Amino acid sequence: MSDDIKVDLELDLKGLLCPLPMVKVSQNIGSVPVGGVIRAVATDPGAMADIPAWAASTGNEVLSADKQGTEFVFLVKRVK
Amino acid sequence: MEEQGKKSLAMVVMSGDMDKLFGAFIIANGAAAMGMEVTMFFTFWGLRAIKKNVATGKTLFGRMLGAMYGGDITKANPSKFSFGGMGRWMFGKMMGAHNVAKLVELRDLAVQLGVNMYGCQMSMDVMEIPQETFIHGVKEPVGVGFFLLKAQDADIQLFI
Repeated sequence: MSDDIKVDLELDLKGLLCPLPMVKVSQNIGSVPVGGVIRAVATDPGAMADIPAWAASTGNEVLSADKQGTEFVFLVKRVK
Repeated sequence: MEEQGKKSLAMVVMSGDMDKLFGAFIIANGAAAMGMEVTMFFTFWGLRAIKKNVATGKTLFGRMLGAMYGGDITKANPSKFSFGGMGRWMFGKMMGAHNVAKLVELRDLAVQLGVNMYGCQMSMDVMEIPQETFIHGVKEPVGVGFFLLKAQDADIQLFI
């Protein structure tokens, strides 16, 4: 289902640990337009809790957060 | 820059211990990334975390303190297992092996993310550590009144 979502920016967060995955998403969200989507790939399991928390706090939206093997793939939509 | 309804975090950083500084800067960076206004108030042993690697002290005791507790954030030792610097080296290796950002990198990231850092004027005077020895990005010194004003308006208050 996530195949039909247009991704505006790919973010490689592999190898980064807390708090950097969240920080990188935060630093890059402004570079996609409102309504735009970042696809971020992390290896830190903590990001599964942190990136949705970041979205809830900043008013953005996590469209999906999937564990794929050793990677965690997020689709994050810029809401405002 | 301050938006209406923006959440905020106010933190006292009294410790100069490596582990506690990690906690302080990880929380500060996380909060900044989550869109909060962050205030870090550095006092006593915490002052070295925002200092450049330069000598400090005017009086005999001040210079002694500068010699014994000098340098910059890279000199911070863990609160346990310090072993005269061995512990710092060991933790540094372990954190490097797990790809955790270095303490100095987290501190510089905090500056970059717009975290508001202040030295405590009183402890700067006592310890003879003047503003010009601080890294770029540290704001002019303040006192407890300023911190309390920030803290009473903050959603989160921490003492580290």
